[in-house]
Amino acid sequence: MEGSEAIADAMIAAGCRFFAGYPMTPFTEVLEHMARKLPAVGGVCMNAESEIEAVGMAWGAAATGTPAATGSTGQGLSLMQESLAEITLARLPLVVLNMARAQGDYYQATRGGGHGDYRHLVLAPGDVAEAVELVQLAFDLTVRWRNPVLVMGDYYLAHTARSVSVEPLDFGPRPDTDWALDGSTGGTGRAKLVSFLGSAKQRDHVGYDLSDHYAACAAASAAMVASVQPLAECLDTDDAEVVVVAFGTPATYAKAAVRQLRAQGTRVGLVRPVTLFPFPTDAVAGAAEGARAVAVYENNQGQMVDDVRLAVLGRAPVHFIGGLSLDGSGFGIAPDLDVAVLRGRIEEVLAR
Amino acid sequence: MSRSTRVDGRIVVRTDRVPDEPARLVDDFTPALIDVGEHHLCPGCGEPVAMRAALEAVAELGVVGRAIGVFGIGCYTAFSNNLDVEVLQALHGRAPSVATGVKRARPDTVVFTVQGDGDMVNEGLQEVIHTAARGENVTCIMLNNGVFGETGGHMTATTVLGQRTKTSLEGRDPVVHGRPILLATLVAQLDGAAYVARGAVNNAGNVARTKKMLLQALRTQIAGAGFSFVEILTMCPTGWFVETQEAPDYLADNLAVVHTGGVLKDVLGAAAPPEGS
Amino acid sequence: MSRTVLTRGTVVIDTEACKGCDLCIDACPPGVLAMTTRTVNGRGYRFPVLSEGCTGCAACSQVCPDFVFQVYKYETPLTVAVKGP
Repeated sequence: MEGSEAIADAMIAAGCRFFAGYPMTPFTEVLEHMARKLPAVGGVCMNAESEIEAVGMAWGAAATGTPAATGSTGQGLSLMQESLAEITLARLPLVVLNMARAQGDYYQATRGGGHGDYRHLVLAPGDVAEAVELVQLAFDLTVRWRNPVLVMGDYYLAHTARSVSVEPLDFGPRPDTDWALDGSTGGTGRAKLVSFLGSAKQRDHVGYDLSDHYAACAAASAAMVASVQPLAECLDTDDAEVVVVAFGTPATYAKAAVRQLRAQGTRVGLVRPVTLFPFPTDAVAGAAEGARAVAVYENNQGQMVDDVRLAVLGRAPVHFIGGLSLDGSGFGIAPDLDVAVLRGRIEEVLAR
Repeated sequence: MSRSTRVDGRIVVRTDRVPDEPARLVDDFTPALIDVGEHHLCPGCGEPVAMRAALEAVAELGVVGRAIGVFGIGCYTAFSNNLDVEVLQALHGRAPSVATGVKRARPDTVVFTVQGDGDMVNEGLQEVIHTAARGENVTCIMLNNGVFGETGGHMTATTVLGQRTKTSLEGRDPVVHGRPILLATLVAQLDGAAYVARGAVNNAGNVARTKKMLLQALRTQIAGAGFSFVEILTMCPTGWFVETQEAPDYLADNLAVVHTGGVLKDVLGAAAPPEGS
Repeated sequence: MSRTVLTRGTVVIDTEACKGCDLCIDACPPGVLAMTTRTVNGRGYRFPVLSEGCTGCAACSQVCPDFVFQVYKYETPLTVAVKGP
C-alpha cells in the first residue's frame, strides 16, 4: 500500500481516534485515508477549514484524553506554531505529521518553529516500514511525556507503495490520563483545568503564576530529553574514513551509495539519525572518532549539519554535500536524489 | 440588638450580619461555581456579572458534572482558573475550534466558550463562523465591550462609530477605521446556527433577560439542535473613559443601539408547541 | 416627625469586597442603597449602606461585579418607624 495509507493504518493501530487536517500536498492523502478509516473504528476525522483550526480541534480532543493527531506540510505547520508551542505548555499529548517538501523543515521541527522555550520529540522514518513503527512509537512517547511528538515524513514516503503489514506494537502499559477532561469533576470543589498558563485552580490568591508554571514545564521537558533514547541507524562506521550523515528517504539513497563504495573496498560508513530530537549526538560522535571526514547530505541549504558539527565537536572536518534539489513543482522528485550523484559527492570528500 | 446603626452621620440598617427575623436567602454572595469571589477586574466591569449569569445557567440546568468551559484570552481569562467547572484554556480567537474538538471527541459533554469581542470578532472571526456553519453542538458566549480591555482599551471589530479608544482617539471614523461587525446578526444568517441572541448586563432587567438567553442556548445544545450563540454587552468604564456609574448608560446609548438586543434565532423555541395546547 | 416604612427584605453587605463602582445604587428599584460619603473600606473604596424599604428583589446582587451582596426576604414584612420625611 501507499505510504500515506500505511501511516493512517499505523495511527489507528496506535489508538488514534481523532484526526483533523487541511488538504495540502503531500499530506492530503493521509487526511483522505483517515477520513475513510477513522469513523469505521468509532473515531472522528475532521476536514478543518484551516490548519489553525485543525490543530485547535486536535487540541480539544487531546484534552479529553482521546489519542489525537494532526498534520500538514511545512507551510501548514508554520501556521500551527503558536498552538503547538502552547499545547506543549498545556502538557498535552499530540502527534503531529509533517509530510514535508524537501528537507528544509529541519530547523522548524527541531529548533521549535514556535515562540518560547519548548521541545518536541522528532522522529524521521527512512521508509514506509519504519514509518509504521515510528508513528506508533510517537503515540506512546507523546502520552508518556505529555508532550507533542512530530513525525517528519516526506513526499516519497507519502507516495511510495510498499508491501507492509501494520501490526500493533506494544510499548508497555500507557500512563493514566487522569488529567483529562470529561466534565465529571465539575461541582466537586476539585474541577480540573488544562491550561498553558498553569494547572492549579486558585484558592488562596488571585490569578495564575506563570513563573511557577513555566519552571515546571521546563523541568518536565528536561526530564523528557534526559530520558528519551536517541535513535540512529549506523552502517559500517567502526572503521570508516568518511562518515556520511543523512536522514529521511534521501538517506536510503545515501545508504546505497555507501554500500556500493564499501563493495569496492572504500571505507565509508553512514549514520542515519532516526530521532532528529533528541539528536543522536553520541552515535555521530562515536562514528566520527577516527574518521578523516564527515559528509552531511540533506535536501536544504544546511540545517542538520549544525547538529552534526555540534556532535562531532572538531574530531573531524564536517563537509556539507547536500543542497537544494527541487523539481519545478517544489515538492516532486529531487533531481540529485540519485545514487551515482551521491557516490560522486562522497568520493570528492574522500579525495580531499 | 438594634436594627440600625450610624454611618457618616446617617441612620442606616445594619448589614453586617444575617437577619434576626425569620427570612429566606434569595441570593448569595459568590455564585457556587466561582471558587474565589475576589478578582482584579476593574470596578464596574460587566464581565463578572456575565460570568455569574452563565454559570448560574449551567448550574440550573443540572449539567455541572458534564460541562467544559473553553476560555479565550482577555480580562475574563482571570476566571479560567477560578471556576468549579472543568476548564480548557485556548488561545486568543481559537476557542471555537478547540470546543469543536472537545465536543466531537466527547459528545456527552456540554461545551461552552467564553470569549471577548477582540478575541472572537478580531482574531477568531473565522473560527466562530466555521463552527456555527458546521452546526457544532457547542455554545459560544461573547462578552462584548467594544474594546480590547486587557491590553488597555483598543479598537476592535465591534467598536461603534464615534467610540473613542486608544487606537481611534478622535472616535471610530468609517473612512479610516471601517465599520463595526455585528457578529450575532452575521451568525444568525448561517443555517448551522440554531440559537442566536444578544443580551446585556447594564441593568438588572437585562441581566435577567440575558440569563434566560443563556439557558435557552444551553438547552439548544443539550437537545442537539445545533450551534448556539449568546452575545452579551458588558460595561468597560476603563476602556470607555467614563465613570463607573455612567457606564450602564454609555452601553445603552452607544453600544446597544448598534448591537441591538433580543433573540435573533431560536430553532428550539420555534419548534415548541404554543402554550396551552 | 416620623413615618412607617414597609421593609420586605434586607441584605448583608461584604464591605471589604466592594470596589465602589456605584452600580447597585442605580439598580435598586426602591432606591434604598446609598454610597458612604466619607467612610471607606480597607482598600480605600466607598461602599453601599442600606435604608429601610428593601424589597428583597436582589437587583443589587444581580448587577454587582464583586459579589458584595447576600439578599434575604423576610417571611413577614416589617413595618418600621423611621425619622424624617
